[in-house]
Formats: sequence, C-alpha cells, structure tokens
Amino acid sequence: MSSVNQRVLPGFGLSLGTTLFFLSLIVLIPLGACFLKASTLTWSDFADAVWTDRTRAAYLLTFGASLAAAVLNAVIGLLLAWVLVRYDFPLKRLFDALVDIPFALPTAVAGLVYASLYAPNGWFGQFLVPLGIEGAYSRLSIVLVLTFTGLPFVVRTLQPVLESLDADVEEAAASLGASRWQIFRWIILPSLWPGLLTGFALAFARALGEYGSVIFVAGNMPYRTEIAPVLIVARLEEFAYREATALAVVLLLFSFTLLAVINGLERWSRSYAS
Amino acid sequence: MQAEGIRRISTTEPAWVRWTLIGAALLVLTVIVIVPVVNVFAQALADGFGVYWDNLVGDSDTRHAITLTLIVAPTAVVLNTIFGVAAAWAIARFQFPGRSILITLIDLPFSVSPVVAGLMIVLLFGLQGYFGVWLLNHDIEIVFATPGLILATTFVTFPFVARELIPVLEEIGAEEDVAALSLGASPWQMFWYVTLPNIKWGLLYGIILCNARAMGEFGAVYVVSGRIAGLTDTLPLRVEKLFQEYNSPGSFAAASVLTFLAVITLVIKVSLESRVRAERAEAAPATGDGKQS
Repeated sequence: MSSVNQRVLPGFGLSLGTTLFFLSLIVLIPLGACFLKASTLTWSDFADAVWTDRTRAAYLLTFGASLAAAVLNAVIGLLLAWVLVRYDFPLKRLFDALVDIPFALPTAVAGLVYASLYAPNGWFGQFLVPLGIEGAYSRLSIVLVLTFTGLPFVVRTLQPVLESLDADVEEAAASLGASRWQIFRWIILPSLWPGLLTGFALAFARALGEYGSVIFVAGNMPYRTEIAPVLIVARLEEFAYREATALAVVLLLFSFTLLAVINGLERWSRSYAS
Repeated sequence: MQAEGIRRISTTEPAWVRWTLIGAALLVLTVIVIVPVVNVFAQALADGFGVYWDNLVGDSDTRHAITLTLIVAPTAVVLNTIFGVAAAWAIARFQFPGRSILITLIDLPFSVSPVVAGLMIVLLFGLQGYFGVWLLNHDIEIVFATPGLILATTFVTFPFVARELIPVLEEIGAEEDVAALSLGASPWQMFWYVTLPNIKWGLLYGIILCNARAMGEFGAVYVVSGRIAGLTDTLPLRVEKLFQEYNSPGSFAAASVLTFLAVITLVIKVSLESRVRAERAEAAPATGDGKQS
C-alpha cells in the first residue's frame, strides 16, 4: 500500500521539504549552536562549569525532587485512572476533564498559586505551617508543584490500558477462587506495568526541565532550593554564556538519555498490548 | 442479563472499598487541582470586582502583556500548524529512509528544558551569538524582541500538531485521497475538499493544545525576553514580575486571565472529544461487542 501511495499521492517533496525546513530552523540549528558553543570550551573549563559544590547540589535537588514527584504521580495516577475507568459516581465526566488542568494551566500560574496556598497565611499553610510542614519556599514546595505539573501523565497513559483489559481473565480467576486483591496483584497489575512506567518516565522528564512553576515556590537559595535550570538563568544573567551552555549540555544529554528510555518503554507497552 | 450480574459480582470490589477509593481520588484531585484553580479567582477578586478590573486594565504594562501574548501565541500556533500538517502528510502517507529518526526529532522539543531552548536562541541570535553581529549590522532585532519570543514559543510547542495528526491520518488511510485524485481532482483540491475535512477535528484538537501551551510558556520566553516591561513581557512573565514586586493582587489578576483561558481550552477539548466519539460511533455502529468502548 505504501508503494502505491508513493506513486499516486502528491506532495511528498513539498511536505517533506517543509518539514525539514521547519525542523532545521526551529530545532536542529539551535541545538547545533548549543553543542558548537560547548565545543569551544576546554575539558577543564567544562568541568569547572558543570561540577562544583553548587551545581552538584542543584543536580541532586532537581533529580531528587523530580523523582519524588514522579513517584507521587505514579501512585496518584494509578488511583485516579482506576477510579475513573472502573467506577461510576456523580460528576465523573467533570472530574475526568479536570485531570487535564495541569496541562492547560500556565506553569507560572501554578507556581504563583502554590506559593500562596502553602504560605503561612495561605489556605493550606495556616494549618500546615503550625505543624511544621513548610509547603512554600522549601524543598517540599518543589515536590508539590512538580506533582501538580506532572499529574496528567500517568492517568492518561493508564486509562486506555485499563479500558482495554479483558474481563474474561478476571472472571476466570474469580471463578477459580481468587480474591479481589489477588486478582489485582497477579492479573491486573502486571499488565499495567508498562503504562505505569511510561507515565512515570514522562512525568519525570517533564519535572526535570520544569522552570516556570518552581521559581515561584522554591525561593531559589543556592545549595538549598536552587534547581539546575535556575543555575543556567543565573549564569546567563551574569553574561557567562559559556558556563550556561556547559550546564545546558549536561541537561540536554540527560534528557536525551531519558527520551531513549521512554521510546523503549513505549515500544514495550505496545508489544504488551498486542 | 444474568451473566452481566454475575460478572459484576465477581469482578468488582465491595462497596466500601469502591467508595473509599473514589473518596481518596476526589480528595487528592481537590487538593492538587481544584482548590488552586478556585484560589486564583478568589485572590484576584478578593478586593471586589472594581479593584480587579483596575489591576487588569488600569495597568498599562499588564494590558500590553495581554496584547503581546495574543500576538506571540497565535503566530507560533500558525507556524506549528503549517509544519504539523506537512510533517503528518509526509510521515503518515509515505515510507522513506530516516522516517523513524524524523519522528524522534519532532518529539525532541518535549524533552528539552524550556530554559535550554531559550538559551539556544540567545546563542544563535543574541549580541554575543553566532548571527549577533550580522543582525546588528542589518538592524534586525530577534532576542529581547517579539521575533525571539515567537521562536522560543514555537520551539517549545513544536510537536503538538504533528503528534496529533500523524495517528489521525494513519487511521483514516489514503483511500479517499486516492479516489479524489482518480476522479480528476488536482492535488490542492484533494487536500482542501477531502483530506482537510477528514482531519479537521484532530487538527483543531492539536491547535487547541498547542495554543494553550503557547500562551502559558514561561521558561523559554523568560530567557529570550530580557524582561522589558511594556515591551517584551508576555502575560506569564508579567505574572512573575508583579509577584516579585510584591503586587499580589495585580499578579493574581493577570493569572486569572490565564486560568480563564485554560478553563476555556479544556471545555473546547472535552466537546471536541465527545464530537469525535460520536462521529466514530456513527461511522461504525455495529462493530465490536462494546467491550472496548
């Protein structure tokens, strides 16, 4: 069929040409510039820029907060997807639609409102701060806001998987005397793993690069609440373009690795589904 | 009917488990999503509607930020729509070497930190950048000006339309396109009268998502804008600047506009989804046993 298309359908040259033009202009040339700039640094300049106490603290915080948020997203996402697919309750369609708010709401708004909600006089903070829970201007605040921005990923990857599960297998297990928990643990959960991991990785990747929401809530104190993208902006504001580029290359390499992992996971989930 | 009853008993949880899980899910959703959205409007309107309106329209910088966002986001959406339709046509309709690499490259901007995206544009077009001197000599401003904001926004939202359209085109198949051609339609007639009507809902869906992200983009435009109030501050940047100036009411007023737009986006998205579902049910009324609906 594709060979027929190749002969009959028009516009291959035009559409591929347009695609490559945009891809080069918007993505490839800028990426190339970044690596070209980084290549002008000597190895020791590069190491000095990307490997200091302050940058190590920032990597660790970025990585740790993103990981914590992605784990939270996986747990919450499984719960939400399960409830939205399997149960009926009033206003279900509305709640289902609300899951997408974090995708639609600008991250700056999320940051602004989270900083205010968990501040000592905020709606949540007035109860939490006296208990010693600092949900604003702390590391916890970063995890909270990253959990918000990544919320839809796991829900949206799990929902189609849960919908396509075959009820026959569950019925068979039940008729053989399995309890509900055993069925969940040994029959449902194993087929959810690929989707769960894919959603987790997507939320993690998104959290690693997140900037807009975090700068509102974190306080951005070096060594304590400063994430890696904030470091890049700090270098840029000092006009230290080479150092900023070196840091950017580290982040880029990390995200490319993660992208490869996500692609592998998605292939795995597809082979699972078929 | 009897079989249905047995299935329900054997493959669902006891009522108390069901309602505990539903309660937990709705509580989490309320704390994470619903209360923050309500809080934006509550804080914006805390001192009454008059003060709110003054904060929004009375502030010339905020007014300019709204205008700028209404210029930058649609421009980026138009660019990405042209790109997305072209890329989807090439990828979904043709086999060629490097096709899977192309798909990966289109997805790349999703995994690049927006701050890094902004930095790349500064490295190319900033005064210290590769084309900086040339641009200066020809009096062209990109960084710290609207073109830079458009480029940064386009980068960040690059995959949206293409990603949405590729599966839609693949699912529809090429039969109707080929039929139009064999009946004597010119390539453009085929595109306008057959292909485009077939993909319109998918296209609209991609455009809506792309637009939402474009209007809210922060990190990338933060780096390229130079933060000149009344000149290169988009609405999300204006929210941040007012927040830094401890002007909380002004900041929440600006944020409420963005939140309002996000809610509208979701309403359009949901109605598009139900329209697509209805069309699909109409097209294939008797297929399947309903298990996968």
